[in-house]
Amino acid sequence: MSAAGMRQLQYRLAVREAIRDAMRADERVFLMGEDVGAYGGCFAVSLGLFEEFGPERIRDTPLSELAFVGAGIGAALGGMRPIVEIMTVNFSLLALDQIVNNAATLSHMSGGQFAIPLVIRIPTGGGRQLAAQHSHSLEGWFAHIPGLKVLAPATVEDARGMLAPALADPNPVLIFEHVLLYNVEEQVTAEPAAVDITSAAIRRAGRDVSLISYGGSLPITLEAAEALAADGIEAEVIDLRVLRPLDERAILESVARTHRVVIVDEGWRSGSLSAEISARIMEHAFFDLDAPVQRVCSAEVPVPYAQQLEQAARPRAAEVERVARALVEGRPLDG
Amino acid sequence: MADFLMPSLGADMDAGRLVEWRVRPGDQVERGDIIATIETDKAAIDVEVWESGTVEALLVEEGTRVPVGTPLARIAAAALSAAGPEAPDQAQPVETSAAAPVEPPTTPREATAPPRPAPPEAVPQPAAAEAPSRERLRVTPLARVRAEELGVNLAGVRGTGPDGAITQADVERAGEGEPAAAISPSEAGPPAAAIEEPSETAAAETGATVGEQTEPRAATLRRAIAAAMSLSNRDIPHYYLSMAVDLSSTLAWLERTNQQRGVAERVLPSALFVRAVALATHEVPEMNGHYLDGQFRAAERAHVGFAVAVPGGGLIAPAILEADRKSLVEVMTALRELVSRARAGTLRSSELASPTITISSLGERGGIDTVYGIVNPPQVALVGVGSIVERPWAEGGMVGARRQVTLSLSGDHRVSDGHRGALFLAAIDRLLRDPERL
Repeated sequence: MSAAGMRQLQYRLAVREAIRDAMRADERVFLMGEDVGAYGGCFAVSLGLFEEFGPERIRDTPLSELAFVGAGIGAALGGMRPIVEIMTVNFSLLALDQIVNNAATLSHMSGGQFAIPLVIRIPTGGGRQLAAQHSHSLEGWFAHIPGLKVLAPATVEDARGMLAPALADPNPVLIFEHVLLYNVEEQVTAEPAAVDITSAAIRRAGRDVSLISYGGSLPITLEAAEALAADGIEAEVIDLRVLRPLDERAILESVARTHRVVIVDEGWRSGSLSAEISARIMEHAFFDLDAPVQRVCSAEVPVPYAQQLEQAARPRAAEVERVARALVEGRPLDG
Repeated sequence: MADFLMPSLGADMDAGRLVEWRVRPGDQVERGDIIATIETDKAAIDVEVWESGTVEALLVEEGTRVPVGTPLARIAAAALSAAGPEAPDQAQPVETSAAAPVEPPTTPREATAPPRPAPPEAVPQPAAAEAPSRERLRVTPLARVRAEELGVNLAGVRGTGPDGAITQADVERAGEGEPAAAISPSEAGPPAAAIEEPSETAAAETGATVGEQTEPRAATLRRAIAAAMSLSNRDIPHYYLSMAVDLSSTLAWLERTNQQRGVAERVLPSALFVRAVALATHEVPEMNGHYLDGQFRAAERAHVGFAVAVPGGGLIAPAILEADRKSLVEVMTALRELVSRARAGTLRSSELASPTITISSLGERGGIDTVYGIVNPPQVALVGVGSIVERPWAEGGMVGARRQVTLSLSGDHRVSDGHRGALFLAAIDRLLRDPERL
C-alpha cells in the first residue's frame, strides 16, 4: 500500500533522520559516541552526519563509556541537548555509575534545580551472532531505576518519532534500539508524525489472548498472532513502547478484554521486566484472569555464538504461538 | 453438608419469597434438580440445586420472604456424608453388635437398644474411592468470580482450561444447567406456535399460582418493570438509531429450508434476529455486557435476552445463553422453550440473571414500524425489531415490493456512541442478509 504521502523507510534511516532533524532544529543538540563520526556508527546509523554537521557536533569518543556518558550529563547540565550513543547494551554497564548514580538522581537531589535533558541511545538484543558480550537484552535493568525514562521503539514510526519528545523531556531518557530492527522497512508518513513517549500501543486487536511485547520481540509476536488468527484465535498484541514508566492501564485494560496473557521478552525471565508485568497483572487484574500468566523469554544462558544455539536461546514465534494456544485451547502448559 | 441459600436471580434482587418446596427432608437430590420455586419481583422461578446429596432439613417455610443469602435448606453432600463425622458413628453400632456375643456385659444394653435406623445409603457409601479426591480444585480467578455471580457450585464443573483448570466458559456452561427435562408436566408439548400465542394451559396455570399470592404476580411484575425502567431512564443517556433491512431473500431462504424441517422444528424469523445480534456483538463488543459501578465490562459471550410478554401483562426478558455459539436451530429450540416457560412462570435462575443484551420484538404483533426501546440495566444496548411488512423498496433505479423490517438500537451513551451503534446495526443488517452463515 503506497498511499499518497506515505513512503518506505528503513528503521536505521528513521533513527538517522530523527537525529538530523533534531540537530537542524536545535543547535544545542549533538551526537557523541564510539565511532559515530568518521566511521558512521557501528550499525551505520549516523552515516553521513559527520560530513553534514562536522566534528564539533558529531563527536567520536575514546572507548570510555563512563567518561563520555559523564560528559554527556555535564553537557546536559550546562544547557546542551546531548545524544549519547553506547555501542551495545553490554558496554553500557561500564557507564552504570554515571547513568544510575548521576543522571537518574541529580534532579531529585537538587530539589529540581537541575534538569538532565540527556538522551542515551543503546542498541540491544541478539540474533546477529555477536556472542555473549554483545547480544544481551538488559533494558529491563534500566527500567528498574526511578529517575530514568526507558523507551523501546519497535516500529519505524517510533524509531523516527521518539527522539524529539525524548530530547524535549527534562529527564534522562534511554532509547533501546534492537539490532535486528535496523534493517526493517515499513511504510510511514512522508513527514514525521508526533508520537508520545508515555503510552503502550495496541498493534493488533483481539479478544482471546493478550500478547505483551516490546522492541525486537514485537515482530515475532505479531507473526505468532497471525498464525493464531489462521485458526480463529484472535490475539491482541500490545507493544509496550515505554518500559519505564510502564503504561499499566493499557496492560490491565487488555487483560480485562482477553483474560489470558503471554508476555514476550527477550530478557531472561528471572528478575525481569516480564516478571514485573506479570506481578502487576497479579496485583491489579487477578480476578480478570482466566488462565495463569505465561512468559516467553530467552533461555537462561549467556547468548550462544553458534547460530542454531543462538536461535534456540531466543524467544521464537512458534513458542509464543504454542503457549498462547495452550492458554486458549486448554492444553498442558509445559510443552 | 451445605446450606442451600436464597439465590440472587438478578442484579436488582435483594430478597425473594419461597413459594413452594419441590423436595422434602430425606429426599435425594442431584445437581441440577429443581428443588424450590422462588418468587422475585419479576417472576416465579424454578431454582436448581448445585450440590448432589440428601435434603436434611428445610429451614424456611413456604410463603416466607427472606433476604438473598439466607439459608433455605441444609443438604448433606453425597461424598461428604461418607467421609464426614457422622459416618463412623453410624458404622460403629453395626460392628459392636456383631461383636456382642463375645462381650457379655454389653450384650443386654445392645440387645434392648432399638435397632438403629442407619440410613440405607450411608452403609454402602463409605467407599474409599471418593475420599482421596480432596485435591484443591483448579479454578481460574475469573471463573471463581463468574461462579459466584451465577451461583454455580464449582465442585461438579468439568475443567477444560489449561492443565484442566475450570475457566469462565466452563462455569457458564454449567450455569446453563441441564436441558429442561423434568420441569413441569404442563409443558409436555409446547406448540410450535408458542411464540405467537400464549398457550391456554400456561395462562391457566399462572392464574392458579396467582391465586395463592398476597399480591397478584402481574402487579409485582409491573412494579419491578417500573423500578428498572425508571432507573434506566434516569441513569442511562440513551441514543437511538434505526435502519430498514430488506429481508426478502432471507425470508425466501428461510421458507425453503423450513420445508425440509418438521412442523415443530421450523425456524421463525425471531431466531434469525437473535443469531444476527449475537454474532454482531463480536464485531462491536461495547454493545454486549454490563455497566456496573461506573464501569463497563464487556461480556465474552452473548447471552441474548428476548423480551416475552407474559399473561396478565408485563414483560420478562430471559436469556438465550451463549447465543453466539449456538446454531440457528439450537437458538430456535432454546427460544421456543424459553418463551413457553416464561409464560408459564417456570424460568430458571441462570436464564434470568445473565442477559448481556436484549432484543425486543413486536414483529408478530403487526403494524409496528419501529421499536423505541429502553435499555434494561445493567445492560447497555437493546435491539428493537418492528413488524416485517411488504413495502416499496428502491434499489438500482427500480422500485419493487420487498419484505422489510425496521431494526432499532437503543444504546447507552456512557459506553458507546452513535458511530459504533451504526456499525453494530450495519453488522446485523449484513448478517441477516447472509442467513446461511447464521
